[in-house]
Amino acid sequence: MNETLGTLLIIAFVILGVLHVAPGLIWLERRLLALWQDRYGPNRVGPFGLFQVLADAIKMFFKEDWIPPFADKATFILAPCIINVTALTAFAVIPFAPGWSVVDMSVGLLFFLAMSSLGVYSVTLAGWASNNKYSLLGGLRASAQMLGYEVFMGLSLMGVVLMSGTFNLAKIVEAQQNTIWYCVPQFLGMMLFLIAGIAETHRLPFDLPEAEAELIAGFHSEYSSMKFGMFFIGEYIGITLISCLMTVLYFGGWDGPTFGISEGLALKLVQFGWFAAKTFVFLCLFILLRASFCRPRYDQLIAFGWKIMLPLSLANLLITGAALLALE
Amino acid sequence: MLSLIKTMWLVFLHSFSRRETTQYPDEMPYYPPRWRGRIVLTRDPDGEERCVACNLCAVACPVACISLQATEDEHGRRYPDFFRINFSRCIFCGYCEEACPTYAIQLTPDFEVSEYRRKNLVYEKEDLLISGPGKYPGYNFYRVAGLAIKGKGKGEAECEEPPVDPHSLLP
Repeated sequence: MNETLGTLLIIAFVILGVLHVAPGLIWLERRLLALWQDRYGPNRVGPFGLFQVLADAIKMFFKEDWIPPFADKATFILAPCIINVTALTAFAVIPFAPGWSVVDMSVGLLFFLAMSSLGVYSVTLAGWASNNKYSLLGGLRASAQMLGYEVFMGLSLMGVVLMSGTFNLAKIVEAQQNTIWYCVPQFLGMMLFLIAGIAETHRLPFDLPEAEAELIAGFHSEYSSMKFGMFFIGEYIGITLISCLMTVLYFGGWDGPTFGISEGLALKLVQFGWFAAKTFVFLCLFILLRASFCRPRYDQLIAFGWKIMLPLSLANLLITGAALLALE
Repeated sequence: MLSLIKTMWLVFLHSFSRRETTQYPDEMPYYPPRWRGRIVLTRDPDGEERCVACNLCAVACPVACISLQATEDEHGRRYPDFFRINFSRCIFCGYCEEACPTYAIQLTPDFEVSEYRRKNLVYEKEDLLISGPGKYPGYNFYRVAGLAIKGKGKGEAECEEPPVDPHSLLP
């Protein structure tokens, strides 16, 4: 009974937490982009402009929720749900602190990969169901991009799996606590995963599926009101997810100085604090990437994925395996 | 690859640079005195209207947004009966100010000319007249012009000789 209650608490904590982080990120992104472009960004509504997101959300809820008559209605409605469901479900395996995860799954990493692959359906189906050539092009690009980048995302993670000998995310963190954060031995793998993660969440510079200059927002051009909002939120949940995974897989998760606290809830909170702080750094990195780069051409993107990143991730796997064998 | 990292670093360095935004309603931007904004009608140092209703501004105006009617008081001093500027038409070119022979019409650095109703942008004389002399504090047209008005006869203007009776010059 007690255990069930604990799990339910964690589930509520994860869902509410993530759903609050996503709008918070919108505010953070706008403020940070403004900072790096020597502007202020939203600073009028509420303290530091924090309620701007609230105002935007209210606006979005009251907009007309319009489904174009030429769209495939069922799929059109389904598409924005998928991205949220898959991204939120993937959070089930993230260990926020020792024992603080919804499920302690032995194939957690594979579960994440599966969920992120399913997320592609959202974008592709949205582009398909909109029955609009720009949306279709966006969906097409998204699926081609995901296909290319999913492959080496999985391969880049295998370095970590080889070193820790497990797919369980909590065990991976523990393995890092015992040895060294994997960002050092798996530096190449980390870079590959980061790039794949950016492509996975289709953020700049890999936001080809929604390139507003050529595709008029791509796969979600036909979406309005909260359906558009769900794509928006889904994207930010995806960023949070990738940042969490960067922390867990390469930067020791909850590992960090505990300031002499050694037991109980206080320790968990400190460890969770470390986890949140590291994740926050990666969230800022995502925004910095957006502020710095322009998007490549589509063929460059695909060629980069297949011709450079895939061989590199294979080489990373090979070198990691060889080094581990040599050390044994 | 290195150039990408350099780009990110340079963008990051902008965290420490000054923000260019002027927080407008809280923090007013500086506009120089000769900036061409809202038009006013000024008064001379004695507090009388400077405008002599010569219509030169209305003629100079390229968008014909100034209209006025000349009249004069019992002492022969001309002034506009009404003076109307339609700010929804005005392009703030400043030609009226250049045309004005008495420094009466002047442009000010005030740019906050906005209304909810278009009709309210038509300014009448009482809206345009200000109590001071504007950019030319000492200037008083009737004190340097030869015209006789109330309180100043012929030859009493600044740097003016008293009128000469031509008959007295006869041999």
